[in-house]
Amino acid sequence: MGRRRAERLGKWLVSGPPLLYLLVFFAAPTLIMVLASFRTPGEFGGLAPFIDEAGKADLNLESWTRFFTESIYLAIFLKSVVYATITTLACLLLAYPLAALIARSDRRYRDLLLLLVILPFWSNFLIRVYAWMIILGPNAALARVVNGALAMFGHEPVPLLFSSFAVLVCLVYVHLPFMVLPLYANLEKHDQALLDAAQDLGADAWQRFWRVTFPLSLPGVYAGAALVFIPALGIFAIPDILGGPEDTMIGNLIKQQFLETRDWPFGSVLSIVLTVAALGLAGVAALVGRGGARSGAPARA
Amino acid sequence: MALLEIQGVTRRFGTFTAVDNVTLGIEAGEFFTLLGPSGCGKTTLLRMIAGFDLPDEGRILLEGRDLADRPPEARPVRTVFQSYALFPHMTVEGNIAFPLKMARVAPREVPARIAAALEDVRLQGFATRYPHELSGGQKQRVAIARALVTHPTVLLLDEPLAALDAKLREEMQIELIGLQKEVGITFVYVTHDQTEALALSHRIAVMNQGRVEQVDEPSRIYGFPRTRFVADFIGQCNLLHGPVIANRAGVVTLDVPGVGAVRCAADSAIAQGVEATVALRPEKIRLAAEAPAGADNQFRGTVHDFLYMGDVTVYRVTTPDGARLEALLANSQSGRAQFFEVGDPVAMSWPLDAGHFLEA
Repeated sequence: MGRRRAERLGKWLVSGPPLLYLLVFFAAPTLIMVLASFRTPGEFGGLAPFIDEAGKADLNLESWTRFFTESIYLAIFLKSVVYATITTLACLLLAYPLAALIARSDRRYRDLLLLLVILPFWSNFLIRVYAWMIILGPNAALARVVNGALAMFGHEPVPLLFSSFAVLVCLVYVHLPFMVLPLYANLEKHDQALLDAAQDLGADAWQRFWRVTFPLSLPGVYAGAALVFIPALGIFAIPDILGGPEDTMIGNLIKQQFLETRDWPFGSVLSIVLTVAALGLAGVAALVGRGGARSGAPARA
Repeated sequence: MALLEIQGVTRRFGTFTAVDNVTLGIEAGEFFTLLGPSGCGKTTLLRMIAGFDLPDEGRILLEGRDLADRPPEARPVRTVFQSYALFPHMTVEGNIAFPLKMARVAPREVPARIAAALEDVRLQGFATRYPHELSGGQKQRVAIARALVTHPTVLLLDEPLAALDAKLREEMQIELIGLQKEVGITFVYVTHDQTEALALSHRIAVMNQGRVEQVDEPSRIYGFPRTRFVADFIGQCNLLHGPVIANRAGVVTLDVPGVGAVRCAADSAIAQGVEATVALRPEKIRLAAEAPAGADNQFRGTVHDFLYMGDVTVYRVTTPDGARLEALLANSQSGRAQFFEVGDPVAMSWPLDAGHFLEA
């Protein structure tokens, strides 16, 4: 066997299995989902037979028409976008100083600090969400302090739990590490000489941040924003557990279609809309990021 | 009072004294060089002038005013960094505009200022390039233009040519001299390269272990080094060290082990038996098959090895008693009339005033 052939075979042996995995568990289900969105729901869930008694194929635009004509669904989708946007911005504001602090701290402590950032991943996601039920619960210290303060100004007590506030707080909490890590990876590589040069050329601390550090960190900002925004957009557990009836997000709606309403075609439509929106945003982030790279900013996230 | 006064400045890092009681006065319009081996404190001193570091003791005065409580951004001092430190996300134009924006120069003046700065460093037509599209020499020019565009009182240059190749370095040296003359700004230049220091400077401060060993014009630093360190660090030098055996009529004679009695013109009151040094440049030694009659100093030896450098050949000659001297022969004569091979017997000779006498 020639060396070239052996090398080619080696490449296929390495990349074959993951490729096959993606085909079977990602590409095929996506295709099935797209097909399902044009079908009719079955009587007891699932899909109606593809060929009905009259011998006609079951293909229609009903679910798609429903999504675009009944405003409630678009409204829920837009609300999800708003929640995900607020989450992303809040994460950015909290994560930036934290990532900068870690990046500038003594090399000996950096690994420890990073470990602390990812420490929450060691306990189960749902358990962490449920923990917020206790923190925000009506008898917890936080609620007492807040409502005590409100009472002093003659306000009615407000429930912290089962509210948009609870949902957003938990969304930010859960996604914060996904913003910290790419920002840290970017900030850690910044050259101190550039900040020295900026200072030497007359820039005060704010100008050094705004004109040097921040523009150079944009690839990290985009990466972090994509890692927070996309999962936050599709989340359902947090509004389910901590939200009120008004806090339904598109993730909840999708879950409802498959598990409760048993309308698979409409669930598929919602899933496709979500996927396309997420892909579109990831594409925009990648394009903007590459724009930054072309202008010479370090493209590493 | 000099434009920039460094008065008794000391800087310690733990138990290490990086800068040790340095006092210097740098005049307006001067091209002043801090020269020394790595770790001699020259960069620490530069960083203190720029404001990135503060002296533990002593003061730095600019135009008579103490700089201590002014941060780097508030000092009329600019630095050209060794790594250039150009902002990678800004064009050449953006980089040069940066200090103008910081100084709140009126926006309508900015384009003309940028154009003038680019002209100073001969980079017209590069305004819209990004730093990663420039060569090392071009980046260097942008860094200089950026530092000069606000007309600072003092320009600090931290080994600015170290990253360039030899040919380009020489070109940039000539340009720096021209530029400094043209803009008339005081340059404080840090380098470990003695040829660079000699070529560029009006005056040089030679530093060693945090202290200034000598401050002088280049020709005096080279010709009349005040200490053995300066003699040895600047160019090649034979340091002939031994006790004084005679001192009369302006001529000191040393008994140099392995060489013999070395005579040197010196205006010194040094007593017999005291150790002293004659610093003798290799090019001052005359190398021939036979010593000329009546030479003040003449010694025999054999060629140990030699380095052919093109314009000159450096010979290392061993005396019969095992001392080794370096002598330089210019290859200016046609043919190889004076070319010696390894093992050839040679005669070294030099006049009384060839060596430089050091009382140490």
